[in-house]
Amino acid sequence: MAGKREEKKDLARVAAEKRAAFGADINMDDYSPETAAHPYQDDLSAFSQAEQDQMLMAGVDFSAKNRSGTFVQKDLSVVHSRSTQEGMEIMDIEEALKQYDWLHEYWWQAVPVDMDKYTSRAELHQEHGYFIRSMAGAKSVYPLQACLYLEQDNLAQDVHNIIIAEEGSELHIITGCATAPHVTQGLHVGISEFYIKKGAKLTFTMIHNWADKVAVRPRSATIVEEGGLFLSNYVCMQPVGTLQMYPVAYLVGEGATARYNSILVAPPGSEIDVGSRVLLKARGTRAEIVSRAITTGGKIIARGHINGLVPEIKAHLECKGLILSDEGVIHAIPELEGHKQEVDLSHEAAVGKIAQEELEYLMARGLSEDEATATIVRGFLHVDIEGLPPELKAEMDKAVEMSEKSLL
Amino acid sequence: MARKSSQQNGRLLVIDDLKVEVKGKEILRHVDLAIDKGETHALFGPNGSGKTTLLMAIMGFPAYQVTGGKIVFKGQDITALPLNERAEMGIGLSFQRPPTIRGVKTRQMLEIFDKGEAEIKSMAKGLDFEEFLDRDLNDGFSGGEIKRSELLQLTAQDPDFLLLDEPESGVDLENIALIGKVIEELLQRELKPQEGKSRKELKRERWKSGLIITHTGYILDYVDVDRGHVLMEGELACSGNPREILKTIKEQGYEECVNCCRI
Repeated sequence: MAGKREEKKDLARVAAEKRAAFGADINMDDYSPETAAHPYQDDLSAFSQAEQDQMLMAGVDFSAKNRSGTFVQKDLSVVHSRSTQEGMEIMDIEEALKQYDWLHEYWWQAVPVDMDKYTSRAELHQEHGYFIRSMAGAKSVYPLQACLYLEQDNLAQDVHNIIIAEEGSELHIITGCATAPHVTQGLHVGISEFYIKKGAKLTFTMIHNWADKVAVRPRSATIVEEGGLFLSNYVCMQPVGTLQMYPVAYLVGEGATARYNSILVAPPGSEIDVGSRVLLKARGTRAEIVSRAITTGGKIIARGHINGLVPEIKAHLECKGLILSDEGVIHAIPELEGHKQEVDLSHEAAVGKIAQEELEYLMARGLSEDEATATIVRGFLHVDIEGLPPELKAEMDKAVEMSEKSLL
Repeated sequence: MARKSSQQNGRLLVIDDLKVEVKGKEILRHVDLAIDKGETHALFGPNGSGKTTLLMAIMGFPAYQVTGGKIVFKGQDITALPLNERAEMGIGLSFQRPPTIRGVKTRQMLEIFDKGEAEIKSMAKGLDFEEFLDRDLNDGFSGGEIKRSELLQLTAQDPDFLLLDEPESGVDLENIALIGKVIEELLQRELKPQEGKSRKELKRERWKSGLIITHTGYILDYVDVDRGHVLMEGELACSGNPREILKTIKEQGYEECVNCCRI
């Protein structure tokens, strides 16, 4: 196994300067690679109120009520990791690699290590990350939660996560990324590889709560086997410096399904380039990509790419943007690619301001213009997500609502 | 056009020499209209005569620009008031083609008016609309469903003055009775006999008023109205007994009806 890891490192070294396909090129030397270690906290209530508040904005609940497990990484230290349900594993990825020799087979199996300078960095500078697994047939009663927290200003945090839903299992994860209130800049590179086995179901809700000048470069990919379901919800409504990601799902087994749902808000100064891509490689696979983007002055590029490689597949892409300021930009780039006659691919995209007739409709019921605007924006952001358990929908709505207050 | 009324003090709406433009084009040239508290009037007129424009101008939609005259409601000149303030004063309008609002549920529209769960349920039940409460507002609604949705919202809003634009259009026969009944209730048209009170006294106790555009007149089979008006080329050309007006229009057309009025 050590040899294999060395091969990956070699590939990473070659890609060390390789620019990413999208997003501003970040000078990673600007960020500090080191910081002091933080102590492990067995008790979640030992975290300061300020930390808890920041993490709560990212959906991480420190009361840990209604959670089947929690993982917290602060800067470069894993400070908490515990599962409270049998059949659900949550731990430091380093521990997991030591414990499970087979896990090396999953390491850079979904995301290519030499994709760009960020994946390269993640391999060469990686400090922890989490491993989450649901055992065959196990179903998480409550979601598991993971939080990656930046405490040190101007730090580079490079993590690698692996998530495995074993055959027939059901796994729900809420993951939040947040920064301490005093942090203004930093770099987060996060590799996430998801493996969804036959008949398994994984819902992954990720909420980002970064700071004004933080640079974020997640790299994630998912492999879904026969009859598996992958449901990804991504929420980023707080300011961020530059964020670029283009997660991809490979539907390799018959009847596999992937759904990506993204909610993006760009205040002035934020540059967001987020897309979702699905490759439908087996018969009977289904995909849906939905994004809602709002600019109040920042720039959003909303991408989407559906690639139908075999017959009898069906996929839809929906991309909607709301421009609430003339300073803002929304650039929607939906792409459909079909390689066989019997593919059913569709998309709808719309970018614009709030429709006057919708405003007037609500005002005729007595709402002021501001109230009507807020109601429409809220409706725009509250997307019904098929297959998402109601408790998770409520968590997501809560995160969206907390951010709406600053938006409206 | 002056009309005798036993309720001179009960004027709810007074429209005085109203001129309205839409996209720079004059639609209403000269409209005088008075509706008393407790009264419901019907508005007739051929296509393009300005009926909808009059309703939209009373409600206060910005695209319907008042270029002359004034609208007085409850004694206050509302000509320059924004839509929502008119709604708050008690004017309500049923939309013909309401927009779909994604992510906003019909239920939320009822919650605007502080209606609780039990009340919402019973209101929706009355309009056979329970299954639509948690659907996106107006999303894919049929003509009849739109009418029921609008009336449901108006039931929650409970305005003192109701503007209805062809409430019967697009509604199948099965539903027209239901819609007629709800409108009748909203406008307090039904006179439930009460001991010791004459019909006249009961009528006087009404405080809800309305203005209903009707093309076919079908709605008048369900909702009794006090007075009718014919709008022709941007002016009220005739006012009188609504049934007589409707009969003349049906038998002899609008021109004849207006000629008859002039005599």
